[in-house]
Amino acid sequence: MTELILASIMTMMTAATPLMFAATGELICERSGVLNLGLEGMMLIGAVFGFAAAAVTGNATLGLLVAATSGAFAALIFGILTLNLLSNQVATGLALTIFGTGLSALVGVDYVGETIDQIGSIHIPVVSDLPIVGRLLFGHDPLVYLAILILLGSSWFLNRSRWGMILRAVGDSDVSAHAIGYPVIAIRFAAVTFGGLMAGLGGGYLSLVYTPLWAENMTAGRGWIALALVVFASWRPARVLFGAILFGGITILQLNAQAAGLGIPAAFMSMLPYIATIVVLVLISRDAIKIRLNAPACLGRPFRAER
Amino acid sequence: MLRLEPRSTQSLSAAWLSPMLALVLTAVTGGIIFLAMGKDPATALYIYFVEPLTSSSGLSEVAVKAGPLVLIGIGLSFGFRAGIWNIGAEGQYIAGAIAGGGLAVFWYESTSAFLLPAMLLTGILGGMAWAAIPALLKTRFNANEILVSLMLVYVAELLLVHLVQGPWRNPMGWGFPGTRVFPDAATMPLLFTGKRVHLGTVLTLAVPFIAWFLLARTRFGFRIKLFGSAPLAARHAGVQSNRIIWQSLLIGGGLAGLAGVIEAAGTIGQLMPDISPGYGFTAIIVAFLGRLHPVGVLLAGIAIAVTYIGGESAQISAGLPKAVTGLFQGIILFYLLTFDLFTRYKIVLPSRQTVQQ
Repeated sequence: MTELILASIMTMMTAATPLMFAATGELICERSGVLNLGLEGMMLIGAVFGFAAAAVTGNATLGLLVAATSGAFAALIFGILTLNLLSNQVATGLALTIFGTGLSALVGVDYVGETIDQIGSIHIPVVSDLPIVGRLLFGHDPLVYLAILILLGSSWFLNRSRWGMILRAVGDSDVSAHAIGYPVIAIRFAAVTFGGLMAGLGGGYLSLVYTPLWAENMTAGRGWIALALVVFASWRPARVLFGAILFGGITILQLNAQAAGLGIPAAFMSMLPYIATIVVLVLISRDAIKIRLNAPACLGRPFRAER
Repeated sequence: MLRLEPRSTQSLSAAWLSPMLALVLTAVTGGIIFLAMGKDPATALYIYFVEPLTSSSGLSEVAVKAGPLVLIGIGLSFGFRAGIWNIGAEGQYIAGAIAGGGLAVFWYESTSAFLLPAMLLTGILGGMAWAAIPALLKTRFNANEILVSLMLVYVAELLLVHLVQGPWRNPMGWGFPGTRVFPDAATMPLLFTGKRVHLGTVLTLAVPFIAWFLLARTRFGFRIKLFGSAPLAARHAGVQSNRIIWQSLLIGGGLAGLAGVIEAAGTIGQLMPDISPGYGFTAIIVAFLGRLHPVGVLLAGIAIAVTYIGGESAQISAGLPKAVTGLFQGIILFYLLTFDLFTRYKIVLPSRQTVQQ
């Protein structure tokens, strides 16, 4: 029994990790005032290019780097359109998702059914061998730690660092930030690119560590769930950790319940993460004033320098 | 540096030129992609964009594919005009197919002339019911309609899979997922023998004109446009935002549901797991490409349908993966959004500016 619970917690963390990556990136992006709905597309692009790189070179770490880079490139397209060409952020984000779905399917055609060497979990002698605690704290794959580290780092960045405060200023009042002399567009570009890096990494984690294989549309809505997580976290990084683990837990619960055969049709169990997202959104959004206070004031609005 | 200066009114010529330019540049980009894939670009582009229009069976297929795209695209354009982002039309389409198709599954021996009209009606209601969820949660709890409507796509897909594999599965279907084949009374009559184009396609053609009338000639249409372009003015003019949210989501959902049941009763003739090649998502592109204008959406739906058919025949005759179609759709939208800059801004050359100063 302990073994089963332990195994569930371990897999819960792996299910939470891609969401942590993607949601952290989107959170930083949104704090700078840019709403990028292309998360799902960037994750798919990261997943396919990362997998392809790993399959060709046999190096999964390189695959992850490629995944992150390709996500960032996809984000650049979004950045040029929304920041330089002032296109509608919602429409452009949707376009990025549609583009990413198509591009990833095309690139991935040759890689369906291929396998790669997985990145294993880390093993620190002695500590990792401790009963229960050893595996719980020190037995995950390295990316789980990386995701948590980036998350905590983002929290520090936003709340404690000079540039983090400038980024928030840009997101809350682009006009004033510009008037003081901060480069609004450049800062937003950096935030959008970071969002792409993280989404690509999250996608790469799915195809290189979590499954590990490539299948068309394999993100299965995780990009959108990550977007909901940002709202759930009220734009605070530390709360993303909690939300991602919650959703990881629901995913694992659902898989375990299917395996246990409780007589509930599998399709209904698979609906759980999506329905849970809706329920969470409703609970969080109910308080419209709180949402308005927490959300970056310039979220989704294009900025054009007057002079 | 070049400078952007906002136009006082949107440029109409730029608004209509940008979709054309987007299509042309997508074709050029497509040619480059084909070249990179080691295919002859001229042949591949011909297969994609021209060949479907050169035979009567090709035209029939284009009409069959354009039908659902136009229906959903028009429904979505109401919401997009009002700034309500219903992107879960795919789910509403499936809900409509389930609700309407369900009648044919239960009365599979019926010969009643009322069956088909009843299916169309329940299909519309099914799509509306699915869209009512984000409408309710948005108006009542302020929940983001983008995320809610999208999450419901996955729920609808899973529900359909469950039904056609479980309770509604064809008992004589050798275990394949799918319902019984609909009876004749539940099937759209074909227009020509040997072609797949059916009565539903003709019904679809009426919708753009009804939508045009609603948008251009009624107070309802005016409210929708006002709400989207000037929300504050709309509020002062007494337009209730909750009402607009409900109306635009129900129109979008109803038309998507209608498209779903027409597809099930017309083109497919049963319910099965892959009842949609992503019509609900592609229709978003169709709506934008058609400038959210009913007639524009009609033309855009036809144009995108051509690439669908072209993609299918390119897969067979040139061995190109079907996924290229999806890539093209994303690229079209990128180009379109790029050129849209010129409908709202003019580019000012620095020299002229210094003269003015």
